[in-house]
Amino acid sequence: MSDIKLPIYLDYSATTPIDPRVAAKMSEYLTIEGNFGNPASRSHEFGWVAEEAVDLARQQVADLVNADPREIIWTSGATEADNLAIKGAAHFYKKKGNHIITMKTEHKAVLDTCRQLEREGFEVTYLDPEENGLLDLEKLKAATTDQTIMISVMHVNNEIGVIQDIEAIGEFARERGIIFHVDAAQSTGKVEIDLERLKVDLMSFSAHKTYGPKGIGALYVRRKPRVRLEAQMHGGGHERGMRSGTLATHQIVGMGEAFRIAQEEMATENERIRMLRDRLYNGLNDMEEVYVNGDIEHRIAGNLNISFNFVEGESLIMALRDLAVSSGSACTSASLEPSYVLRALGRNDELAHSSIRFTIGRFTTAEEIDYAVVLVRAAVEKLRDLSPLWDMYKDGIDLNSVEWVAH
Amino acid sequence: MAYSEKVLDHYENPRNVGVLEDDDSVGTGMVGAPACGDVMKLQIKVSDAGIIEDAKFKTYGCGSAIASSSLVTEWVKGKSLDEAAEIKNTHIAEELALPPVKIHCSVLAEDAIAAAIDNYRSKKQ
Ligand SMILES: Cc1ncc(COP(=O)(O)O)c(C=O)c1O
Repeated sequence: MSDIKLPIYLDYSATTPIDPRVAAKMSEYLTIEGNFGNPASRSHEFGWVAEEAVDLARQQVADLVNADPREIIWTSGATEADNLAIKGAAHFYKKKGNHIITMKTEHKAVLDTCRQLEREGFEVTYLDPEENGLLDLEKLKAATTDQTIMISVMHVNNEIGVIQDIEAIGEFARERGIIFHVDAAQSTGKVEIDLERLKVDLMSFSAHKTYGPKGIGALYVRRKPRVRLEAQMHGGGHERGMRSGTLATHQIVGMGEAFRIAQEEMATENERIRMLRDRLYNGLNDMEEVYVNGDIEHRIAGNLNISFNFVEGESLIMALRDLAVSSGSACTSASLEPSYVLRALGRNDELAHSSIRFTIGRFTTAEEIDYAVVLVRAAVEKLRDLSPLWDMYKDGIDLNSVEWVAH
Repeated sequence: MAYSEKVLDHYENPRNVGVLEDDDSVGTGMVGAPACGDVMKLQIKVSDAGIIEDAKFKTYGCGSAIASSSLVTEWVKGKSLDEAAEIKNTHIAEELALPPVKIHCSVLAEDAIAAAIDNYRSKKQ
Protein backbone atom coordinates (compact mmCIF):
# COMPACT_ATOMS: atom_id res chain seq x y z
CA MET A 1 0.00 0.00 0.00
CA SER A 2 3.02 2.22 0.20
CA ASP A 3 2.43 3.63 -3.26
CA ILE A 4 -0.94 5.13 -2.34
CA LYS A 5 -0.93 8.90 -2.35
CA LEU A 6 -2.61 10.41 0.70
CA PRO A 7 -5.12 11.85 1.21
CA ILE A 8 -7.24 9.67 -1.04
CA TYR A 9 -9.75 11.70 -3.04
CA LEU A 10 -13.25 10.25 -2.60
CA ASP A 11 -15.25 13.42 -3.14
CA TYR A 12 -15.99 13.34 -6.87
CA SER A 13 -19.46 14.80 -6.33
CA ALA A 14 -17.93 17.94 -4.89
CA THR A 15 -15.77 18.37 -7.93
CA THR A 16 -13.60 16.30 -10.25
CA PRO A 17 -10.06 16.86 -11.44
CA ILE A 18 -9.89 18.01 -15.03
CA ASP A 19 -9.11 15.12 -17.34
CA PRO A 20 -5.61 15.66 -18.80
CA ARG A 21 -7.09 15.46 -22.33
CA VAL A 22 -9.42 18.30 -21.41
CA ALA A 23 -6.63 20.40 -19.93
CA ALA A 24 -4.58 19.92 -23.09
CA LYS A 25 -7.45 21.17 -25.27
CA MET A 26 -8.10 24.15 -23.02
CA SER A 27 -4.51 25.29 -23.11
CA GLU A 28 -4.79 25.73 -26.87
CA TYR A 29 -7.20 28.63 -26.32
CA LEU A 30 -5.28 30.96 -24.05
CA THR A 31 -2.07 32.51 -25.32
CA ILE A 32 -0.86 34.47 -28.32
CA GLU A 33 0.31 31.19 -29.86
CA GLY A 34 -3.14 29.73 -29.35
CA ASN A 35 -6.68 30.71 -30.30
CA PHE A 36 -7.37 33.46 -27.80
CA GLY A 37 -9.86 35.38 -29.92
CA ASN A 38 -13.28 36.63 -28.90
CA PRO A 39 -15.88 34.36 -30.48
CA ALA A 40 -18.07 37.43 -31.00
CA SER A 41 -15.45 39.15 -33.21
CA ARG A 42 -16.93 38.87 -36.68
CA SER A 43 -14.35 40.89 -38.54
CA HIS A 44 -11.26 38.69 -38.39
CA GLU A 45 -9.79 35.21 -38.30
CA PHE A 46 -9.18 35.21 -34.51
CA GLY A 47 -12.87 35.55 -33.87
CA TRP A 48 -13.88 33.02 -36.50
CA VAL A 49 -11.58 30.33 -35.11
CA ALA A 50 -12.83 30.91 -31.59
CA GLU A 51 -16.42 30.80 -32.76
CA GLU A 52 -15.77 27.51 -34.50
CA ALA A 53 -14.35 26.06 -31.29
CA VAL A 54 -17.42 27.22 -29.37
CA ASP A 55 -19.73 25.71 -31.99
CA LEU A 56 -17.96 22.37 -31.77
CA ALA A 57 -18.20 22.38 -27.97
CA ARG A 58 -21.89 23.26 -28.19
CA GLN A 59 -22.36 20.25 -30.46
CA GLN A 60 -20.43 18.01 -28.06
CA VAL A 61 -22.54 19.08 -25.09
CA ALA A 62 -25.74 18.68 -27.12
CA ASP A 63 -24.63 15.22 -28.29
CA LEU A 64 -24.21 13.87 -24.77
CA VAL A 65 -27.85 14.65 -23.99
CA ASN A 66 -29.27 14.15 -27.50
CA ALA A 67 -30.31 17.78 -27.98
CA ASP A 68 -29.96 20.35 -30.75
CA PRO A 69 -26.90 22.61 -30.29
CA ARG A 70 -29.19 25.63 -30.67
CA GLU A 71 -30.81 24.57 -27.41
CA ILE A 72 -27.57 24.98 -25.39
CA ILE A 73 -26.94 28.29 -23.57
CA TRP A 74 -23.54 28.75 -21.92
CA THR A 75 -23.52 29.86 -18.29
CA SER A 76 -20.93 30.10 -15.54
CA GLY A 77 -22.05 26.80 -14.03
CA ALA A 78 -25.08 24.91 -12.82
CA THR A 79 -25.83 27.54 -10.18
CA GLU A 80 -26.30 30.18 -12.84
CA ALA A 81 -28.18 27.76 -15.08
CA ASP A 82 -30.60 26.98 -12.22
CA ASN A 83 -31.08 30.69 -11.56
CA LEU A 84 -31.64 31.50 -15.21
CA ALA A 85 -34.05 28.61 -15.71
CA ILE A 86 -36.18 29.14 -12.63
CA LYS A 87 -36.21 32.92 -12.41
CA GLY A 88 -36.24 33.30 -16.18
CA ALA A 89 -39.26 31.06 -16.70
CA ALA A 90 -41.10 32.28 -13.60
CA HIS A 91 -40.76 35.88 -14.73
CA PHE A 92 -41.76 35.12 -18.31
CA TYR A 93 -44.80 33.00 -17.41
CA LYS A 94 -45.98 34.88 -14.33
CA LYS A 95 -49.21 35.90 -16.03
CA LYS A 96 -50.11 32.21 -16.32
CA GLY A 97 -49.73 31.49 -12.62
CA ASN A 98 -47.58 32.00 -9.56
CA HIS A 99 -47.02 28.50 -8.20
CA ILE A 100 -43.80 26.46 -8.40
CA ILE A 101 -43.18 22.93 -7.11
CA THR A 102 -39.79 21.58 -6.10
CA MET A 103 -38.33 19.21 -3.49
CA LYS A 104 -36.71 19.70 -0.10
CA THR A 105 -33.69 17.71 -1.23
CA GLU A 106 -32.75 20.01 -4.12
CA HIS A 107 -29.39 21.78 -4.28
CA LYS A 108 -29.22 25.22 -2.70
CA ALA A 109 -28.93 26.73 -6.15
CA VAL A 110 -32.56 25.68 -6.72
CA LEU A 111 -33.85 26.15 -3.17
CA ASP A 112 -32.45 29.62 -2.65
CA THR A 113 -33.62 30.70 -6.08
CA CYS A 114 -37.12 29.56 -5.13
CA ARG A 115 -36.86 31.46 -1.86
CA GLN A 116 -36.05 34.58 -3.80
CA LEU A 117 -39.14 34.05 -5.98
CA GLU A 118 -41.22 33.67 -2.82
CA ARG A 119 -40.00 37.10 -1.75
CA GLU A 120 -41.18 38.38 -5.13
CA GLY A 121 -44.66 36.98 -4.49
CA PHE A 122 -44.51 33.50 -6.02
CA GLU A 123 -45.72 30.52 -4.05
CA VAL A 124 -43.45 27.51 -3.77
CA THR A 125 -44.26 23.99 -2.58
CA TYR A 126 -41.25 22.04 -1.27
CA LEU A 127 -42.13 18.35 -1.46
CA ASP A 128 -40.74 15.78 0.96
CA PRO A 129 -39.08 12.76 -0.63
CA GLU A 130 -39.91 9.24 0.42
CA GLU A 131 -37.57 7.63 2.93
CA ASN A 132 -35.39 6.38 0.07
CA GLY A 133 -34.96 9.89 -1.31
CA LEU A 134 -37.24 9.41 -4.32
CA LEU A 135 -40.23 11.50 -5.25
CA ASP A 136 -43.67 9.94 -5.10
CA LEU A 137 -45.33 11.07 -8.33
CA GLU A 138 -48.76 10.97 -6.70
CA LYS A 139 -47.65 13.58 -4.17
CA LEU A 140 -46.46 15.78 -6.99
CA LYS A 141 -49.80 15.41 -8.75
CA ALA A 142 -51.64 16.22 -5.55
CA ALA A 143 -49.60 19.39 -5.04
CA THR A 144 -50.31 20.70 -8.53
CA THR A 145 -52.89 23.47 -8.92
CA ASP A 146 -54.16 25.48 -11.88
CA GLN A 147 -51.67 28.14 -10.80
CA THR A 148 -48.65 25.82 -11.15
CA ILE A 149 -46.30 27.11 -13.86
CA MET A 150 -43.13 25.16 -13.11
CA ILE A 151 -41.83 21.95 -11.57
CA SER A 152 -38.12 21.72 -10.71
CA VAL A 153 -36.75 18.31 -9.71
CA MET A 154 -33.11 17.32 -9.87
CA HIS A 155 -31.97 14.30 -11.84
CA VAL A 156 -29.30 12.95 -9.46
CA ASN A 157 -29.02 14.12 -5.87
CA ASN A 158 -25.58 15.43 -4.97
CA GLU A 159 -25.56 13.97 -1.45
CA ILE A 160 -27.19 10.58 -1.73
CA GLY A 161 -26.83 9.94 -5.46
CA VAL A 162 -30.41 8.79 -6.03
CA ILE A 163 -31.86 9.13 -9.52
CA GLN A 164 -35.32 10.65 -9.86
CA ASP A 165 -37.72 9.35 -12.47
CA ILE A 166 -37.61 12.46 -14.66
CA GLU A 167 -39.27 10.57 -17.49
CA ALA A 168 -42.48 10.06 -15.50
CA ILE A 169 -42.41 13.56 -14.04
CA GLY A 170 -41.91 14.98 -17.54
CA GLU A 171 -44.89 13.09 -18.93
CA PHE A 172 -47.10 14.50 -16.21
CA ALA A 173 -45.76 18.04 -16.54
CA ARG A 174 -46.19 18.10 -20.32
CA GLU A 175 -49.71 16.74 -20.07
CA ARG A 176 -50.58 19.59 -17.71
CA GLY A 177 -48.71 22.24 -19.68
CA ILE A 178 -46.28 22.92 -16.83
CA ILE A 179 -42.64 23.86 -17.48
CA PHE A 180 -40.29 21.14 -16.20
CA HIS A 181 -36.77 22.08 -15.10
CA VAL A 182 -34.16 19.48 -14.16
CA ASP A 183 -30.85 20.17 -12.41
CA ALA A 184 -28.59 17.59 -14.07
CA ALA A 185 -25.29 18.82 -12.60
CA GLN A 186 -24.64 15.42 -11.05
CA SER A 187 -25.91 13.15 -13.80
CA THR A 188 -23.94 13.91 -16.97
CA GLY A 189 -21.67 11.01 -17.79
CA LYS A 190 -23.35 8.93 -15.09
CA VAL A 191 -26.89 8.42 -16.31
CA GLU A 192 -28.03 8.37 -19.91
CA ILE A 193 -29.94 11.50 -20.88
CA ASP A 194 -32.03 11.58 -24.06
CA LEU A 195 -33.72 14.93 -24.38
CA GLU A 196 -35.44 13.94 -27.58
CA ARG A 197 -37.41 11.38 -25.61
CA LEU A 198 -37.57 13.01 -22.16
CA LYS A 199 -40.20 15.71 -21.75
CA VAL A 200 -37.85 18.10 -20.01
CA ASP A 201 -38.03 21.79 -20.92
CA LEU A 202 -35.01 23.19 -19.11
CA MET A 203 -31.93 21.31 -17.92
CA SER A 204 -28.90 22.63 -16.00
CA PHE A 205 -25.37 21.32 -16.52
CA SER A 206 -22.00 21.89 -14.93
CA ALA A 207 -18.59 20.97 -16.37
CA HIS A 208 -16.63 20.43 -13.16
CA LYS A 209 -18.60 17.41 -12.01
CA THR A 210 -17.70 15.62 -15.25
CA TYR A 211 -13.91 16.16 -15.47
CA GLY A 212 -14.20 19.60 -17.01
CA PRO A 213 -13.22 22.99 -15.60
CA LYS A 214 -14.99 24.90 -12.83
CA GLY A 215 -16.81 28.09 -13.74
CA ILE A 216 -18.58 26.84 -16.85
CA GLY A 217 -21.92 25.20 -17.37
CA ALA A 218 -24.91 25.31 -19.64
CA LEU A 219 -28.67 25.52 -19.69
CA TYR A 220 -30.68 23.46 -22.14
CA VAL A 221 -33.69 25.44 -23.36
CA ARG A 222 -36.16 23.39 -25.41
CA ARG A 223 -37.12 24.68 -28.84
CA LYS A 224 -40.03 22.36 -29.59
CA PRO A 225 -42.30 23.11 -27.87
CA ARG A 226 -40.57 26.39 -27.37
CA VAL A 227 -39.74 27.56 -23.85
CA ARG A 228 -39.23 31.26 -23.22
CA LEU A 229 -37.07 32.88 -20.57
CA GLU A 230 -36.55 36.38 -19.29
CA ALA A 231 -32.81 37.10 -19.31
CA GLN A 232 -31.16 37.59 -15.92
CA MET A 233 -27.88 38.98 -17.27
CA HIS A 234 -28.13 41.92 -19.65
CA GLY A 235 -25.48 43.21 -22.01
CA GLY A 236 -24.24 42.45 -25.48
CA GLY A 237 -27.03 40.04 -26.31
CA HIS A 238 -24.93 36.90 -26.46
CA GLU A 239 -26.54 33.46 -26.41
CA ARG A 240 -29.68 34.63 -28.20
CA GLY A 241 -30.10 37.38 -25.65
CA MET A 242 -30.64 34.89 -22.88
CA ARG A 243 -27.21 35.32 -21.32
CA SER A 244 -24.95 38.22 -22.16
CA GLY A 245 -21.22 38.17 -21.56
CA THR A 246 -18.15 37.37 -23.67
CA LEU A 247 -17.93 33.62 -24.05
CA ALA A 248 -15.07 32.00 -22.12
CA THR A 249 -13.67 30.04 -25.06
CA HIS A 250 -11.15 27.94 -23.13
CA GLN A 251 -13.74 26.99 -20.52
CA ILE A 252 -16.31 26.15 -23.16
CA VAL A 253 -13.82 24.07 -25.14
CA GLY A 254 -12.99 22.25 -21.91
CA MET A 255 -16.63 21.49 -21.18
CA GLY A 256 -17.15 20.25 -24.74
CA GLU A 257 -14.16 17.93 -24.62
CA ALA A 258 -15.14 16.67 -21.16
CA PHE A 259 -18.65 15.87 -22.35
CA ARG A 260 -17.31 14.21 -25.52
CA ILE A 261 -15.13 11.93 -23.40
CA ALA A 262 -18.06 11.25 -21.07
CA GLN A 263 -20.22 10.13 -23.95
CA GLU A 264 -17.53 7.90 -25.34
CA GLU A 265 -16.49 6.27 -22.08
CA MET A 266 -19.45 6.38 -19.74
CA ALA A 267 -20.62 2.81 -20.27
CA THR A 268 -17.30 1.17 -19.40
CA GLU A 269 -16.43 3.79 -16.82
CA ASN A 270 -19.64 3.36 -14.87
CA GLU A 271 -19.21 -0.39 -14.78
CA ARG A 272 -15.74 -0.02 -13.29
CA ILE A 273 -16.89 2.59 -10.79
CA ARG A 274 -19.85 0.46 -9.73
CA MET A 275 -17.49 -2.42 -8.94
CA LEU A 276 -15.37 -0.13 -6.78
CA ARG A 277 -18.44 1.23 -5.01
CA ASP A 278 -19.69 -2.28 -4.28
CA ARG A 279 -16.24 -3.19 -3.00
CA LEU A 280 -16.42 -0.26 -0.59
CA TYR A 281 -19.97 -1.09 0.43
CA ASN A 282 -19.17 -4.76 1.03
CA GLY A 283 -16.14 -3.74 3.08
CA LEU A 284 -18.28 -1.71 5.49
CA ASN A 285 -21.69 -3.29 5.38
CA ASP A 286 -21.00 -6.10 7.88
CA MET A 287 -20.29 -3.62 10.69
CA GLU A 288 -22.99 -3.15 13.31
CA GLU A 289 -25.38 -0.22 13.07
CA VAL A 290 -24.49 1.14 9.65
CA TYR A 291 -27.21 2.57 7.43
CA VAL A 292 -27.09 3.44 3.75
CA ASN A 293 -28.82 6.74 3.03
CA GLY A 294 -30.96 6.79 -0.08
CA ASP A 295 -32.19 4.07 -2.38
CA ILE A 296 -29.41 1.63 -3.25
CA GLU A 297 -30.92 0.57 -6.61
CA HIS A 298 -31.94 3.92 -8.10
CA ARG A 299 -28.54 5.43 -7.53
CA ILE A 300 -25.51 6.42 -9.58
CA ALA A 301 -22.60 3.99 -9.57
CA GLY A 302 -20.13 6.23 -7.78
CA ASN A 303 -22.05 7.21 -4.65
CA LEU A 304 -22.12 5.59 -1.23
CA ASN A 305 -23.67 7.64 1.55
CA ILE A 306 -23.60 5.78 4.81
CA SER A 307 -24.25 6.56 8.48
CA PHE A 308 -22.36 5.05 11.39
CA ASN A 309 -24.64 5.12 14.39
CA PHE A 310 -23.30 6.34 17.78
CA VAL A 311 -20.31 8.05 16.17
CA GLU A 312 -20.24 11.82 15.77
CA GLY A 313 -19.61 13.05 12.25
CA GLU A 314 -16.99 15.70 12.77
CA SER A 315 -14.78 13.45 14.88
CA LEU A 316 -15.17 10.80 12.23
CA ILE A 317 -14.00 13.22 9.54
CA MET A 318 -11.09 14.11 11.83
CA ALA A 319 -10.19 10.45 12.20
CA LEU A 320 -10.38 10.06 8.45
CA ARG A 321 -7.91 12.82 7.66
CA ASP A 322 -6.33 10.58 5.04
CA LEU A 323 -9.62 10.40 3.14
CA ALA A 324 -11.11 13.36 1.31
CA VAL A 325 -14.81 12.69 1.90
CA SER A 326 -17.88 14.77 2.74
CA SER A 327 -19.76 14.72 6.00
CA GLY A 328 -23.48 15.00 6.58
CA SER A 329 -22.97 17.73 9.09
CA ALA A 330 -21.76 21.13 8.12
CA CYS A 331 -19.14 21.62 10.79
CA THR A 332 -17.93 24.90 9.36
CA SER A 333 -20.99 26.70 10.65
CA ALA A 334 -21.23 27.82 14.24
CA SER A 335 -24.04 25.46 15.06
CA LEU A 336 -23.66 21.90 13.94
CA GLU A 337 -26.36 21.61 11.31
CA PRO A 338 -27.15 18.13 10.12
CA SER A 339 -27.62 17.73 6.38
CA TYR A 340 -31.02 19.02 5.28
CA VAL A 341 -31.14 16.28 2.66
CA LEU A 342 -30.79 13.48 5.21
CA ARG A 343 -33.25 15.26 7.49
CA ALA A 344 -35.76 15.32 4.64
CA LEU A 345 -35.41 11.54 4.33
CA GLY A 346 -36.54 11.33 7.94
CA ARG A 347 -33.14 10.38 9.32
CA ASN A 348 -32.76 11.43 12.96
CA ASP A 349 -30.13 14.03 13.82
CA GLU A 350 -27.64 11.49 15.15
CA LEU A 351 -27.67 9.44 11.98
CA ALA A 352 -27.54 12.56 9.85
CA HIS A 353 -24.54 13.80 11.83
CA SER A 354 -22.66 10.54 11.46
CA SER A 355 -23.03 10.19 7.71
CA ILE A 356 -20.15 10.07 5.28
CA ARG A 357 -20.51 10.58 1.54
CA PHE A 358 -18.00 8.64 -0.49
CA THR A 359 -18.02 9.49 -4.18
CA ILE A 360 -15.84 7.47 -6.50
CA GLY A 361 -14.63 8.53 -9.92
CA ARG A 362 -12.41 8.16 -12.94
CA PHE A 363 -9.09 8.07 -11.10
CA THR A 364 -10.08 5.94 -8.08
CA THR A 365 -8.27 2.60 -7.78
CA ALA A 366 -9.14 -0.68 -6.06
CA GLU A 367 -6.11 -0.25 -3.76
CA GLU A 368 -7.46 3.11 -2.63
CA ILE A 369 -10.83 1.57 -1.84
CA ASP A 370 -9.26 -1.26 0.15
CA TYR A 371 -7.19 1.21 2.12
CA ALA A 372 -10.23 3.38 2.75
CA VAL A 373 -12.11 0.38 4.16
CA VAL A 374 -9.32 -0.31 6.65
CA LEU A 375 -9.20 3.34 7.74
CA VAL A 376 -12.95 3.69 8.15
CA ARG A 377 -13.33 0.52 10.15
CA ALA A 378 -10.50 1.50 12.51
CA ALA A 379 -11.89 5.03 12.96
CA VAL A 380 -15.42 3.87 13.72
CA GLU A 381 -14.14 1.29 16.19
CA LYS A 382 -11.97 3.82 17.99
CA LEU A 383 -14.77 6.37 18.25
CA ARG A 384 -17.29 3.80 19.43
CA ASP A 385 -14.88 2.81 22.20
CA LEU A 386 -15.01 6.45 23.22
CA SER A 387 -18.75 6.83 22.84
CA PRO A 388 -21.09 6.74 25.85
CA LEU A 389 -23.95 6.26 23.38
CA TRP A 390 -22.39 3.07 22.08
CA ASP A 391 -22.14 1.74 25.67
CA MET A 392 -25.78 2.58 26.27
CA TYR A 393 -26.78 0.88 23.05
CA LYS A 394 -24.80 -2.19 24.04
CA ASP A 395 -26.54 -2.16 27.44
CA GLY A 396 -29.88 -2.22 25.66
CA ILE A 397 -30.88 1.32 26.62
CA ASP A 398 -33.27 3.05 24.25
CA LEU A 399 -31.64 6.43 23.62
CA ASN A 400 -35.01 7.97 22.81
CA SER A 401 -36.18 7.23 26.35
CA VAL A 402 -33.28 9.16 27.92
CA GLU A 403 -33.87 12.67 29.21
CA TRP A 404 -30.90 14.57 27.85
CA VAL A 405 -29.49 17.65 29.52
CA ALA A 406 -29.24 19.81 26.45
CA HIS A 407 -27.11 22.91 26.55
CA MET B 1 -10.98 23.17 10.13
CA ALA B 2 -7.57 23.41 11.71
CA TYR B 3 -7.14 21.94 15.18
CA SER B 4 -4.59 23.03 17.76
CA GLU B 5 -1.72 20.72 18.64
CA LYS B 6 -3.21 20.11 22.06
CA VAL B 7 -6.61 19.17 20.69
CA LEU B 8 -4.97 16.78 18.27
CA ASP B 9 -2.87 15.27 21.03
CA HIS B 10 -5.85 14.62 23.30
CA TYR B 11 -7.85 13.35 20.37
CA GLU B 12 -5.13 10.96 19.21
CA ASN B 13 -4.24 9.85 22.75
CA PRO B 14 -7.25 10.46 24.95
CA ARG B 15 -6.43 10.21 28.67
CA ASN B 16 -8.56 8.26 31.14
CA VAL B 17 -11.08 6.76 28.76
CA GLY B 18 -13.34 4.29 30.47
CA VAL B 19 -15.98 3.59 33.03
CA LEU B 20 -15.73 3.50 36.84
CA GLU B 21 -17.66 0.89 38.72
CA ASP B 22 -20.57 2.68 40.28
CA ASP B 23 -20.70 2.88 44.05
CA ASP B 24 -21.14 5.54 46.73
CA SER B 25 -17.67 6.93 46.15
CA VAL B 26 -18.32 7.58 42.46
CA GLY B 27 -20.12 10.57 40.97
CA THR B 28 -21.34 10.41 37.39
CA GLY B 29 -22.27 13.37 35.23
CA MET B 30 -23.73 13.05 31.77
CA VAL B 31 -24.42 16.23 29.82
CA GLY B 32 -25.29 17.20 26.27
CA ALA B 33 -27.64 15.52 23.83
CA PRO B 34 -27.13 13.35 20.78
CA ALA B 35 -29.24 15.69 18.69
CA CYS B 36 -26.85 18.55 19.48
CA GLY B 37 -23.88 16.49 18.41
CA ASP B 38 -22.21 15.96 21.75
CA VAL B 39 -22.70 13.92 24.91
CA MET B 40 -20.10 13.83 27.68
CA LYS B 41 -20.02 11.33 30.49
CA LEU B 42 -17.59 12.16 33.28
CA GLN B 43 -17.05 10.03 36.36
CA ILE B 44 -15.07 10.91 39.46
CA LYS B 45 -14.00 8.64 42.31
CA VAL B 46 -13.74 10.52 45.60
CA SER B 47 -11.67 9.42 48.60
CA ASP B 48 -12.94 9.55 52.20
CA ALA B 49 -10.87 12.71 52.62
CA GLY B 50 -12.88 14.32 49.79
CA ILE B 51 -10.16 14.22 47.17
CA ILE B 52 -10.82 13.10 43.59
CA GLU B 53 -8.51 10.14 43.17
CA ASP B 54 -9.63 8.89 39.79
CA ALA B 55 -11.60 10.17 36.81
CA LYS B 56 -12.83 8.56 33.60
CA PHE B 57 -14.72 9.82 30.61
CA LYS B 58 -16.55 8.77 27.49
CA THR B 59 -17.55 11.35 24.91
CA TYR B 60 -19.63 11.36 21.78
CA GLY B 61 -18.71 14.53 19.96
CA CYS B 62 -16.27 16.41 17.83
CA GLY B 63 -12.50 16.40 18.38
CA SER B 64 -12.70 19.48 20.59
CA ALA B 65 -15.34 17.85 22.79
CA ILE B 66 -13.22 14.73 23.16
CA ALA B 67 -10.15 16.82 23.97
CA SER B 68 -12.05 18.98 26.50
CA SER B 69 -13.26 15.98 28.44
CA SER B 70 -9.91 14.22 28.27
CA LEU B 71 -8.20 17.34 29.63
CA VAL B 72 -10.71 17.70 32.44
CA THR B 73 -10.10 14.15 33.67
CA GLU B 74 -6.42 15.07 34.06
CA TRP B 75 -7.16 18.32 35.81
CA VAL B 76 -9.67 17.10 38.39
CA LYS B 77 -7.48 14.32 39.68
CA GLY B 78 -5.93 15.18 43.06
CA LYS B 79 -8.28 18.11 43.59
CA SER B 80 -10.93 18.51 46.27
CA LEU B 81 -14.52 18.84 45.06
CA ASP B 82 -14.51 22.58 45.70
CA GLU B 83 -11.25 22.99 43.80
CA ALA B 84 -12.57 20.93 40.89
CA ALA B 85 -15.69 23.07 40.78
CA GLU B 86 -13.49 26.06 40.11
CA ILE B 87 -12.34 24.76 36.76
CA LYS B 88 -14.08 27.05 34.29
CA ASN B 89 -14.72 26.71 30.62
CA THR B 90 -12.43 29.65 29.91
CA HIS B 91 -9.47 27.70 31.41
CA ILE B 92 -10.25 24.72 29.20
CA ALA B 93 -10.76 26.81 26.07
CA GLU B 94 -7.52 28.65 26.70
CA GLU B 95 -5.48 25.53 27.35
CA LEU B 96 -6.75 23.86 24.18
CA ALA B 97 -6.79 27.05 22.09
CA LEU B 98 -10.38 26.40 21.05
CA PRO B 99 -11.78 28.63 18.32
CA PRO B 100 -15.00 30.56 19.07
CA VAL B 101 -17.24 27.96 17.37
CA LYS B 102 -15.89 25.31 19.75
CA ILE B 103 -16.32 27.19 23.01
CA HIS B 104 -19.48 25.20 23.69
CA CYS B 105 -17.30 22.08 24.08
CA SER B 106 -15.49 23.65 27.01
CA VAL B 107 -18.80 24.79 28.50
CA LEU B 108 -20.03 21.24 28.28
CA ALA B 109 -16.90 19.96 30.05
CA GLU B 110 -17.46 22.45 32.87
CA ASP B 111 -21.07 21.30 33.10
CA ALA B 112 -19.90 17.69 33.24
CA ILE B 113 -17.69 18.39 36.26
CA ALA B 114 -20.57 20.11 38.05
CA ALA B 115 -22.93 17.26 37.23
CA ALA B 116 -20.49 14.63 38.48
CA ILE B 117 -19.93 16.53 41.73
CA ASP B 118 -23.69 17.00 42.21
CA ASN B 119 -24.25 13.32 41.64
CA TYR B 120 -21.58 12.37 44.16
CA ARG B 121 -22.93 14.78 46.78
CA SER B 122 -26.52 13.61 46.34
CA LYS B 123 -25.37 10.06 47.05
CA LYS B 124 -23.72 11.22 50.29
CA GLN B 125 -26.81 12.87 51.68
C1 LIG C 1 -27.04 19.24 -7.98
C2 LIG C 1 -26.16 20.43 -8.12
N1 LIG C 1 -26.64 21.57 -8.63
C3 LIG C 1 -25.88 22.66 -8.78
C4 LIG C 1 -24.56 22.66 -8.43
C5 LIG C 1 -23.75 23.91 -8.62
O1 LIG C 1 -22.95 23.79 -9.75
P1 LIG C 1 -21.83 24.87 -10.10
O2 LIG C 1 -20.73 24.62 -9.13
O3 LIG C 1 -21.43 24.56 -11.51
O4 LIG C 1 -22.44 26.21 -9.97
C6 LIG C 1 -24.00 21.50 -7.89
C7 LIG C 1 -22.60 21.44 -7.44
O5 LIG C 1 -22.19 21.98 -6.44
C8 LIG C 1 -24.83 20.37 -7.72
O6 LIG C 1 -24.35 19.25 -7.19
